[in-house]
Amino acid sequence: MSGPHVAEMPAADVPVVAHPQSWRLLLTLGVAGGLAGLLIVLVFNWTRPRIEAYKSQQIRAAIEEVLHAPQRTDTLYLDHGGIATKLSPSADPSKVERIYKGYAADGGVIGYAIGASEAGFADQIVLLFGYEPREKQLLGIKILDSKETPGLGDKIQKPPFYAQFAGRLAPLLGVKGKAPPGDKRAIEMITGATISSRAVIREINNAVQRWQPLLDRYQRTGGTN
Amino acid sequence: MHEHCGSSAATISVAGKGPTAAQDLLKGIWKENPVLVQLLGGCSTLAVTNSVVNGLAMGLATLFVLVFSSLFVSSLRKVVPNEVRISTYVLIIATFTTLADMGLEALVPETHKALGAFIALIVANCIVLGRQEAFSAKNNVWRSVLDALGMGLGFTLTLTMMGAIRELLGAGSFFGYNVFGPRFEPWVIMVLPPGGFFTLGAILLWLGWWRSMRDRREREKAAAPTIQFHAYEAPAGPAKVA
Repeated sequence: MSGPHVAEMPAADVPVVAHPQSWRLLLTLGVAGGLAGLLIVLVFNWTRPRIEAYKSQQIRAAIEEVLHAPQRTDTLYLDHGGIATKLSPSADPSKVERIYKGYAADGGVIGYAIGASEAGFADQIVLLFGYEPREKQLLGIKILDSKETPGLGDKIQKPPFYAQFAGRLAPLLGVKGKAPPGDKRAIEMITGATISSRAVIREINNAVQRWQPLLDRYQRTGGTN
Repeated sequence: MHEHCGSSAATISVAGKGPTAAQDLLKGIWKENPVLVQLLGGCSTLAVTNSVVNGLAMGLATLFVLVFSSLFVSSLRKVVPNEVRISTYVLIIATFTTLADMGLEALVPETHKALGAFIALIVANCIVLGRQEAFSAKNNVWRSVLDALGMGLGFTLTLTMMGAIRELLGAGSFFGYNVFGPRFEPWVIMVLPPGGFFTLGAILLWLGWWRSMRDRREREKAAAPTIQFHAYEAPAGPAKVA
């Protein structure tokens, strides 16, 4: 008895809600997505050249620093297991590793700027170092990117630490406290940031170990291939 | 729709004047500050306020996303069907977050690097989606933009203030300029994650104390005339009867 009565009540009270048709929902999202995509592509095309220019300018400045303002630099490529001055046509330019050869004003070779990236205390420490393979001597280093702890690990980016590397010989050896005078391999690690200091040293040693035979071969063949 | 508008107009007229443009703008800065009162956006508030520049840049990027999202959401509020409104808001917010991300990388690459993933995370900031659903979806473009501007400014000011406190104590500098000289030993913890919690906690504690003092003063002020009223009313009563 009360059944039909209750059933009728809401029908009288609740207003009929018109659900929009499916095509309207699709159209709304489709148009919104299309416009959003268009806007993003426009801004992307506007910002990309600036972003690329900034990155290459960063690398140029770093090369200048670690090779002590060379007269000119050449880009060398790691192609088919060897160092080459020109890329073979089959190589993908975006995936090839590059090092930079710096020349002094008299035409002599100053050394090579080599990039390296390994895990530090927090995320990768990306750096560039200048290296002279005959003497196995470091010319200088520049930290390009690191997220090491502010106040502790980020001291790897400050001169008391990074300025030590210029003139040292590979392989490097991290020491706690004062480095023994005359030791050409010793790098004083930062108090409270041993992991970050050790990471930088290890990174350079690994890169040297990897590039030394390649550079030896490149120089034996006259550095022309 | 008309009925709804009428009733809301009536409510406003009963309560006195409707919210003015200044009120729409200013409520986000103090009375309904997104961080200090609504306690939203904590992720970026704690994570990127280790320097003034980072706090300011994060605040301005969020302000940009907020204002443009509110502009579009309120303009389209009668066009977008209810069923797909959240998807549309998120799409709009994500688009402007992407633009902010690319814009910052092109214009201020150093700051962009320091803020890292947190620029992209503006898309998930409660303040942004919250304002769309709570305000822009129901109000006209002018009021929505003012609301977004106020909320964005409130967020920016709070983050900049936190950045200033943390940078001063944690690095001894302000905007990168050394303030305390070489003999100051920085409280490194202030620029580390715990420093964010300390700073926000201290500000909220102070704000809570200030608010309770203000309420007490107001209660005392309200209580004072009541006593005088009774004191005056008591002898007047019997006199009237007689």
